[in-house]
Amino acid sequence: MPELRIAVPRGALFKDTLDLLDRLGLDTAEVRDNDRKLLFDHAGIITMRPSDVPTYVEAGAADLGITGKDVLSEQPERDVYELRDLGYGRCTLVVATVEGDDPVQDALRHLGVVRVATKYPKVATAHFLATGRQAEIVEVKGSVELAPLTGLAEAIVDLTATGTTLRENHLVVREEIAVCTARLIANPVADKLKASQIDRLLERIDAG
Amino acid sequence: MADRIPSGTRDVLPDEMRELRAMTERVRAVFEAANYGEVYTPALEYERTHGQDEDGPHPAYRMFDEHGNVLILRTDMTVPIARLVATRFATAEPPLRFSYFAHAYRTVRPQRGHSREFLQAGVELIGSPTPEGTAEVLTVLCDALQAAGLESFRIGLGDVSLYPALLDAVGITPQTSERILEELVAGDFVGVERELGRLKLSASDQELLLRVSRIRGGPEVLEDLSGPLQQAGTGMKAVHELLPPRTAERIIFDFGLVRNLGYYTGAVFQVYDPAYGVPIGNGGRYDELLGRFGRPLPAVGFALNVERLHIALNAEARRA
Repeated sequence: MPELRIAVPRGALFKDTLDLLDRLGLDTAEVRDNDRKLLFDHAGIITMRPSDVPTYVEAGAADLGITGKDVLSEQPERDVYELRDLGYGRCTLVVATVEGDDPVQDALRHLGVVRVATKYPKVATAHFLATGRQAEIVEVKGSVELAPLTGLAEAIVDLTATGTTLRENHLVVREEIAVCTARLIANPVADKLKASQIDRLLERIDAG
Repeated sequence: MADRIPSGTRDVLPDEMRELRAMTERVRAVFEAANYGEVYTPALEYERTHGQDEDGPHPAYRMFDEHGNVLILRTDMTVPIARLVATRFATAEPPLRFSYFAHAYRTVRPQRGHSREFLQAGVELIGSPTPEGTAEVLTVLCDALQAAGLESFRIGLGDVSLYPALLDAVGITPQTSERILEELVAGDFVGVERELGRLKLSASDQELLLRVSRIRGGPEVLEDLSGPLQQAGTGMKAVHELLPPRTAERIIFDFGLVRNLGYYTGAVFQVYDPAYGVPIGNGGRYDELLGRFGRPLPAVGFALNVERLHIALNAEARRA
């Protein structure tokens, strides 16, 4: 059994994360070859949705985890340590609407409240609160782009890397909320009890 | 709703209750043997007794009595025992030793399995300064955990005054310090680095502050400390030297352990077990709290979360 168990996110960060783990000397070949398996005990890797990573790490089911800052921002109450900004997986959390006149302004002037569809209800709520605008947050689970096209909401708060999906749906970025990259997180108890193993790993990450 | 109980509360049935009872009895025997007499105080206190500690645990439940006084459900036993000492033991010769097994009440974060009501087992040692008092309480803590049946536990020992003193020593203003400490308390080391990066610090100061926040380990981390770190190291060393070997071997020195409750003033500790991902208890020195009740005395104590201790015991048994 390896000294540390690491929670690895499937999805957009998956490949870069496995490349990083390769550089750190972990054997990820089995993980790469296996789409359905979730637990790779001899490599010390477990794979899951990015938004589940903080859950496993907080409970100590994994010592370390890698996930996006967007996920961490949406789960601010998680009791995990954020150890490193890994730099890759760079995306931006944005407010976007349909092209043309800004429907957010219009809704706020005439209705006093703007409807915002998002997979990030906490981030969206905090952003509109901080900028002094009343917003009705509508949580959706997938394809947020659909909301402003169908009248469900005037705006969306979503993560964008290249902006392609937004453009294809004739949406434009109105505001940038935060730049998000991949982060290395740790269980606070593991960070104390496995300090030397974790510090050795951090040294290797910092060495690049 | 009639058949439901509030989230964060639970019923305990006979099998679990028997195990809990057996465990707390073993812990109680350790407290008694060390001369910590058991006390009980009301679950309800006046809100003004609790005070408005900025960082302390916030009372979650308030109610009015028939005279319009605001009452709260206690958030821990440390404040009630400080009140008790100042009123019922106003002239008693210190040191005073008390233990308790009592429920405390705090707010829950939704859908997180947090407890609104939880049983704490702990001690308070009033009128015994550091390092002797701190060492005594750490010894009782370890003996209690051992008696409970826990095998692999460790105690993280830090000092809440250490990091703020260090920030002050390199000339960082209190306001900026507060921001950095907030990141540190949240465990966001990326945030600590970002905040430090914004300041015009020398490279060596910045390196020092980042490095210190991550120092944790055995007695070897106390060696070769220099400058502002030396004093903090001296305090921890003094405590460590007073510990019997069975306690000393359990200690992890942790320079990044900054604070968890508002009234802590010096040494703080946290109980860990490798079989369980969350701390099982915590404690520390609160040398200013008694003064608020008119009997200024240095004090130190700890509280174990009984339910978590039970979970850790079970987790260790499953691993074995």
